[in-house]
Amino acid sequence: MAIEVQPERAEPTGRGPEPAGTGRPWWLRPGVHTGLIGAVIGYLLGHFLGNFLAGGYSRSALSDANDVAIVLGYALAVVGWLAGLGVFNDLFGLMLGRPLPEEPRLYGAEDPGLAKYFRYTLDHKVVGIQYLFGMVTYFLTGGLFAMAIRAELLSPSYHLIGPEQYLMVVGEHGTMMMMMMSSVILGPFGQYFGPLLIGSKRVAFPRLEALGFWLTPAAYVILLSALMFGGFPTGWTGYEPLATQATSGMDAYFFAFGLMGISMILAGFNMIVTIINYRAPGMRWGRLPVFVWSMFMVSFLQVLAVPVLVGACYMGLTDRTFQTAFFTNQLGGSSYLYEDLFWFFGHPEVYILALPGFGVIAEIVAVFCRKPLFGYKIMVAGMFGVTILSWFVWQHHLFDSGINPDMRPLFMLTTELISIPTGFIFLVGMGTFWKAKIRFSIPMLFALAFYFNFLIGGISGVFLSDVPADTTEHGSFFVMAHFHYTIMGGLIFAFFGGIYYWLPKMTGIKLNETLGKIHFWTMFIFFNSTFLPLFALGMMGMPRRVFEYARNLETLNDWVSISAFLLGVSMLIFLINFVMSMLFWREREVGNPWRARSLEWQLSTPPPPENFKRVPVILSSPYDYGIKDAPPVADLNPPLGVIGGAYSGAGARAAGVEA
Amino acid sequence: MSTTDTQQTPAAAEPRHGLRLLVIWLILSLAACLPIWFLWYPHMPPGRMSSSARHQQFDIAILAVIAAPVVIGVVLYFVYAIVVWRAKPGDDSDGAPIQGNTAVQATWIIGTSAIVLFLAVFGTVELIGPAGAGAGEGPSPIWTLAGTKTATWTPGGKDILEVQVIAQQWTFSYRYPQFGGMESVDLYLPIDTPVEFHVTSLDVIHSFWAYQLGVKADANPMVDNVAYTTPEQLGSISVRCNELCGIWHAAMYNYGHVVSQTAFQSWASGVQAKEQADGLLAALPPYSLTYDPTVIPQLGSNLVKVVGVTGAAGYYYPSNYPVQP
Repeated sequence: MAIEVQPERAEPTGRGPEPAGTGRPWWLRPGVHTGLIGAVIGYLLGHFLGNFLAGGYSRSALSDANDVAIVLGYALAVVGWLAGLGVFNDLFGLMLGRPLPEEPRLYGAEDPGLAKYFRYTLDHKVVGIQYLFGMVTYFLTGGLFAMAIRAELLSPSYHLIGPEQYLMVVGEHGTMMMMMMSSVILGPFGQYFGPLLIGSKRVAFPRLEALGFWLTPAAYVILLSALMFGGFPTGWTGYEPLATQATSGMDAYFFAFGLMGISMILAGFNMIVTIINYRAPGMRWGRLPVFVWSMFMVSFLQVLAVPVLVGACYMGLTDRTFQTAFFTNQLGGSSYLYEDLFWFFGHPEVYILALPGFGVIAEIVAVFCRKPLFGYKIMVAGMFGVTILSWFVWQHHLFDSGINPDMRPLFMLTTELISIPTGFIFLVGMGTFWKAKIRFSIPMLFALAFYFNFLIGGISGVFLSDVPADTTEHGSFFVMAHFHYTIMGGLIFAFFGGIYYWLPKMTGIKLNETLGKIHFWTMFIFFNSTFLPLFALGMMGMPRRVFEYARNLETLNDWVSISAFLLGVSMLIFLINFVMSMLFWREREVGNPWRARSLEWQLSTPPPPENFKRVPVILSSPYDYGIKDAPPVADLNPPLGVIGGAYSGAGARAAGVEA
Repeated sequence: MSTTDTQQTPAAAEPRHGLRLLVIWLILSLAACLPIWFLWYPHMPPGRMSSSARHQQFDIAILAVIAAPVVIGVVLYFVYAIVVWRAKPGDDSDGAPIQGNTAVQATWIIGTSAIVLFLAVFGTVELIGPAGAGAGEGPSPIWTLAGTKTATWTPGGKDILEVQVIAQQWTFSYRYPQFGGMESVDLYLPIDTPVEFHVTSLDVIHSFWAYQLGVKADANPMVDNVAYTTPEQLGSISVRCNELCGIWHAAMYNYGHVVSQTAFQSWASGVQAKEQADGLLAALPPYSLTYDPTVIPQLGSNLVKVVGVTGAAGYYYPSNYPVQP
């Protein structure tokens, strides 16, 4: 489809396009309920097909578990889920010769009420809110598993849950977090605000974007279904050959991870094309908000790294079902192959997790210091450096694994080098604080906490990058502390900062300030008190994923466990704030409470369905605080002919459109 | 200050933030680095029981001494900023429109690059010097310990002691090829002797982590992972599995001792003799660098290998298996 070069004609007339299926009751229109029916039917079909194909194998008869049936069941369940949601309706419509609706992204977007959030709605703002609720659910589920882990670790010898259950819980916690949180910022905020920040009325591929969201509940349910099969014993890394030895819960892990991977690839692809092609006139690359830059780079990481994971998961599944031997050393395969494939994805994955946090925090800091970002180019260069270097460091997860040691100095060097662009993020943050006028709103508090936490996380990463020091630290609680500080202390704090910053814009409702401050302080204090001692625990010899540890470490573990429970309470405070503010108190928010300059805050709250009545012309950078007579960031009502004139040099002629 | 002064030089009232920060930073950094080096370093993990542990302890101390001023600097800056530059209540104006500062940016880039490059070179030197720093180097190690490898080990000389670590679900056992391939569940090592560990696995990936020795080497099936160290102090060693290997991973640990060379020799020869007499040595598979548990020579062609090696969907642990092994 051509880029809309005639925004005047795209302006909706009157009420806007007719929502699809007007007049049909909600339960006859495709939605989550039909999706569930489709999923159940699909699973039964797939399982039946699998029994037919592989029921006769001696392997299935001996073990009373047919992995082929389970995997095919999941696959057809996902197809049924999507079909029930109506994802394929447009495709089949085209195949049957029916014309596509003019404005698919607005279909259902103007429906009042909540039903549109439970359907395959193509408006990116609806998808953003769907992602927000989804991500909060997945995060809290993963957090519950963490509470169970810490409960077990209260004692070095007494066991609340058995060893199999402990590994079930550990695997579910880790996988739920690492798998689902990859989209925790790109989903809710990237999808919602990406187009708004670049001055676009739409994303490039609304169907792919919505599909990317609807794959996440499927991945969530499939991952949790592993619990019915006894879980998976490998933790979130899924190392072979233990993964081949494991029972049926492992299929759920590989399938769910691969499915979430597909969701990430689609979301990333859509974001790249949108940002390249749908920027409003005047939105030069040098004026792009830093958050949009971070989404752009994260999307490249997703599109390029995640297919490697999908391949690894697929090979893991074939090893388990059709007895290929990719990862079985005795039959000519290699366990190292899995490790390399997984970590080739795994390292860019952690930057997929970290980079959006950098972007959100930079936005928040500029607004609440009321200063331009110090060194915009350095910030972008830092994120770019992190993105590029993240491809060259993955072997630092494998320093002790027995791979050839000749590359170790090289990977030590690249891993050390990646701390330089990461340091730029701090340079920019620190520079923005210089001679600023700092307001301590709740998003700003989360930003400050981000800098503190990521500092500790990043410095501990330098400890890990040193190969000799890594001999003691690898695989121990030191690593756990490092990645919890960077991912939870970084990304999740940025996520909550983003929620407090942007939720008023998305929903038009304020979150309660007092509860928000209580949430912040309890979360910050108990987060640090939970994870700081883990550095010591790791250095004192406690490996990861154990339920028994040396007796002298009990006191420290108890301190950590109790802090973790209190951290859980802080999440509860957030949940109470979220639910009560959105459902009961509902304090209205209008306009621009933070007096931010960026484009999304110049619109109504919440934004109109078509985002902009007319495509705006961008006039200045969103970071021009403090500059006398700085023009506003955009002209939201450009005169007729300006847009055409702006496009005339940019290819409107190529598209055959007159200026 | 006269009124004309304040009108003409308002900037003179602005305190020298950079200088203040630098001075406070220097004082705090010294206050941190000196105790780290002199008080904490001798007690840092993983201790000094072996050459690898000692070098790792040194590395961690150097890293701490470099990291402490960085952490102090950044935290100090943010605390200073939020104290000095907070918006006064009711002040709605914008901050100073500073877009960047080339000198600051250049200094930062050069400074961080210098630290990082130093650490990379330092890390490489510390990796190569202590023969791989106790990390598993795979079947073809590059950085080895000096010494002679002999068919039998004798104390006093420069003989390298070879110890094979066999990891399986869920225990470690140790074979000494220089003592007839005898197997033990306790890891005894002689002091001041270069030790060459050969770590392998019988089933899934494990990892041999001898904490006090500063040795960590992953155990992969059909792979011989070599790691080096030289025990330098007497004492006990705890060995834990460091790679998740199934439900009893947490219980996969045992212990060892570093003893004098003569004590070690008499222990090892004694175990060898006992296992010879018991017929255990003859029953064990011949010593080799890797083992394939599906190939049992005594069974010969009677072993049913056609069903395959992998445990997919339950060869080793069918889904209806009890949890207790």
